[in-house]
Amino acid sequence: MTSLALTRDRIARVRPGPALAALLIAAFLLLFLVVPVVQVIFVAFQDKTTGAFTLVNFADFFQNDLFMRSFWNSFYVSAMSVVVASLLALPLAYLTTRFEFRGAVLIQSLGIIPLIMPPFIGAVAMQLLFGRNGSVNLLLRDHFGFSIPFMEGLNGVIFVQSIHYFPFILINLSASLRNIDRAMEESAQNLGCHGFRLFRRIVFPLAMPGYVAGASLVFIKVFDDLGTPLLLNVNDMLAPQAYLRISSIGIADPMGYVISVVLIACSLLALWVSALAMRGKDYATVQRGGGGLAKRRLKPLEMVAAYGIVLLILVLVLAPHVGLGLLSFATIWSFSPVPDAFTLKHYQTVFTESGQYITNTLLYASLAALLDVVIGTAIAYLVLRTKLPGRQWLDYIAMAALAVPGVVLGIGYLRSFYDVPMPFTGQPLSNFWLILVFALAIRRLPYALRACTAALQQVSSSLEEAAENLGATKLRTVGRIVVPLMSGGILAGFVTSFATAAVELSATIMLVHSQSDAPLAYGLYVYMQSAAGRGPGAALGIFAVIIVGLGTYLSHVVIERGRRERGQDH
Amino acid sequence: MNHQFSDQRFSSAALAAQIQSVGVDIEGVNLSYGSNHVLKDVNLAIKPGEFFAFLGPSGCGKTTLLRLIAGFNTAQRGEVRISGRDISTLPPHRRDVGMVFQSYALWPHMTVRRNVAFGLEERRVPRAEIERRVDAALDLVGLRHLADRRPSQLSGGQQQRVALARTVVIEPKILLLDEPLSNLDAKLRVQMRQELLSLQRKLGLTTIFVTHDQEEANTICDRIAVMEDGKVQQVGTPQDLYDHPANLFVAGFLGTANVLDGAVQNDGAGGRVFVGDGVTPVALPPTVGAGGAGGKLMFRPQNLMIRADGGPPAAGHARLTGTIRHREFLGASIRYAVDVGGQLVQVDAPHQAGDALLAPDAPIILDLAADKARLLHP
Repeated sequence: MTSLALTRDRIARVRPGPALAALLIAAFLLLFLVVPVVQVIFVAFQDKTTGAFTLVNFADFFQNDLFMRSFWNSFYVSAMSVVVASLLALPLAYLTTRFEFRGAVLIQSLGIIPLIMPPFIGAVAMQLLFGRNGSVNLLLRDHFGFSIPFMEGLNGVIFVQSIHYFPFILINLSASLRNIDRAMEESAQNLGCHGFRLFRRIVFPLAMPGYVAGASLVFIKVFDDLGTPLLLNVNDMLAPQAYLRISSIGIADPMGYVISVVLIACSLLALWVSALAMRGKDYATVQRGGGGLAKRRLKPLEMVAAYGIVLLILVLVLAPHVGLGLLSFATIWSFSPVPDAFTLKHYQTVFTESGQYITNTLLYASLAALLDVVIGTAIAYLVLRTKLPGRQWLDYIAMAALAVPGVVLGIGYLRSFYDVPMPFTGQPLSNFWLILVFALAIRRLPYALRACTAALQQVSSSLEEAAENLGATKLRTVGRIVVPLMSGGILAGFVTSFATAAVELSATIMLVHSQSDAPLAYGLYVYMQSAAGRGPGAALGIFAVIIVGLGTYLSHVVIERGRRERGQDH
Repeated sequence: MNHQFSDQRFSSAALAAQIQSVGVDIEGVNLSYGSNHVLKDVNLAIKPGEFFAFLGPSGCGKTTLLRLIAGFNTAQRGEVRISGRDISTLPPHRRDVGMVFQSYALWPHMTVRRNVAFGLEERRVPRAEIERRVDAALDLVGLRHLADRRPSQLSGGQQQRVALARTVVIEPKILLLDEPLSNLDAKLRVQMRQELLSLQRKLGLTTIFVTHDQEEANTICDRIAVMEDGKVQQVGTPQDLYDHPANLFVAGFLGTANVLDGAVQNDGAGGRVFVGDGVTPVALPPTVGAGGAGGKLMFRPQNLMIRADGGPPAAGHARLTGTIRHREFLGASIRYAVDVGGQLVQVDAPHQAGDALLAPDAPIILDLAADKARLLHP
């Protein structure tokens, strides 16, 4: 009886407004995330002709040499990318958190520059700079008689991916190093510990959760990435295989689905391992007046070494940008360290034939980002401020999108919506451009949701209670108090979603039905397929970099302003 | 939950036997952060085995001075000596000065036992001895049963004890406590300070205690250095400081002080008197007043006596006349705020059941014991 009374009580306390919002969001997530992904998993276990449950598809996968090689290649490339990214990130994180170092500003920008250019955009340019007959190797061969296989096969993917993704490790590791209370270190010194032992016994274990978080993110990103291997023409990896199976054999072929399930399983495994490694280790230890580890000045020789390392990494990080810039102005660039001559012709080409790529991108990315912040704000509010039963599940499901690679979502959409005819036109729903927007929105939702949740957490609930106490309804309170106070976080979430959605390729490439509906990333991929298209492709890439760069800059400005307004700028 | 330190005579005696009480001398210490002069010519002599407090408001330099002794700050001038040896140039890890941090600074990735063992491991103490001494230290603070917990699984008071055990287990030469009670709730704070005192007495460990709470310092410390603005204002026993404050800051920081503005004059008979509005001349002892005509008269609320009868002042007393402004009923006594010549003076009247209270705005006559009043400078 008590349990029944309890349920009745809980039902009575549910207000219709939040419940309706929750239902709408649940329906959206169900339709555009859960159903497509479940569909993919379902088909992977289905007999192609009879539709009965079977494990034959998986047996085929594991007996196929190409697939097994792709599997190990994906694994190897991801693991090595983590290693190389760590080698780039560790010295930088250590320099900024342990030393009074003027180059710290430089390092901060190092943490952003790679992120404003998706790896696949710079991949071709990197080939021209670091490839077998690229600038660096031409010079090395001419002057020293040897070359370095930076870009040979899998090396190229590892090289491009680690340059792009090392900021994830840098940012997470620096944050957790900064979060170590100085007293943690001082108490160890006080008890007789110093030097490397201090680092090994206290600093390193306390910074470990940040490192694991960053490293697992890099692993998943690289494992799932489709664009970079495709553009570098490395096809024996899992994501390209999934794409090629579906695009060349068709959506009925079960192998694409099996590979999708393997991709999801590996993403989940990586997330699980990192969660396991971090369990019970939320070591945010800074207390009042704590303020991070003790810093010291660099000695002159150390200073030279520090600048050496920072500049070397800066050169590497800027290489794709510089290469892309050169390529976009080059007439011919082949077998020579720099292009033969320069021209504006490629930009002209882009303007005349590819205007629709850019306008499509702006439309899709802004719609997707708008959806993300609306849903993100609503979920954050439902979770933190209402007692709605099951509200936590909205958060869980939205975050689960993290573990779904773009290729898988694309395949899922094709499978789920191809047979659904559109009203009036009768075209398959999966060909409708809005589907692309939904895919982008689902892909970026986890990031927007975290930004909105963080923003709402900073709004004290007593501010709302004060408004209600003075006679505002719940809805008016949300509109007049909560959303304005969250606006910084919401805007930052919007811009981040926009900037990353603008250059998403994995899901896009599966869902683009016609050239006229295609966004920039797809156009770039098409251009880069031919030698003649490289110039215009690079020019289009420059546009992508500008869009993402502007977006990132704007979100930075917005976040900084919000921080200043809240008086945290000291 | 037993909050008493367990009285394991064996373990604490064993620890105490190892500890040789040493003195700390601080001489001419000056420390600046850029143009911010934080410590100004600090001189202190802390005796072996003493429980000593640095007391002052926040920003007075007390924590900076403590961290200087631990080696986390470097003075531009001056030195710190432990049993006569200058340690100013030693790095923190070689000082053998145990410090308990305000935040406790327990390492979250280690169990209680590993936290406490840490300092011994750093000293390359044999494994078996480490286990034995860690057990003894945990017994000392009554937490051996929680040895395998993580710090995050302990209450604030328990974390405090672990931090203490972690520090005393290395048998440091001196013990530094940085506001150790500030993170505890009021009830636990009162209890912990007695436990700290009994631990310190058991171990005979020279201890320096930083606090901004005069009650904390008064109740457990042998001597107190009152600090303000980077300077040591006065050093003495709690009673010394209360009864004979060296200046107005010390008088006001410890207890309630009445301060009257006025002037010092010769009384024509070779002595000096304090004259002010609403008060008859107060005879000053011959030793004071060397500072010229300036200075203010300081006395405590209990130095005043209400003269309801209105008779002549008693021998050795000055007479204050004024108006009651407001009153606070404190139970054992009633505190009246009295306007004397435009300045507010607090007076405490003992209270018994049935006593009538004096009404605000009523005139009042007070007698001040002249020998309890002091002429002070800022």
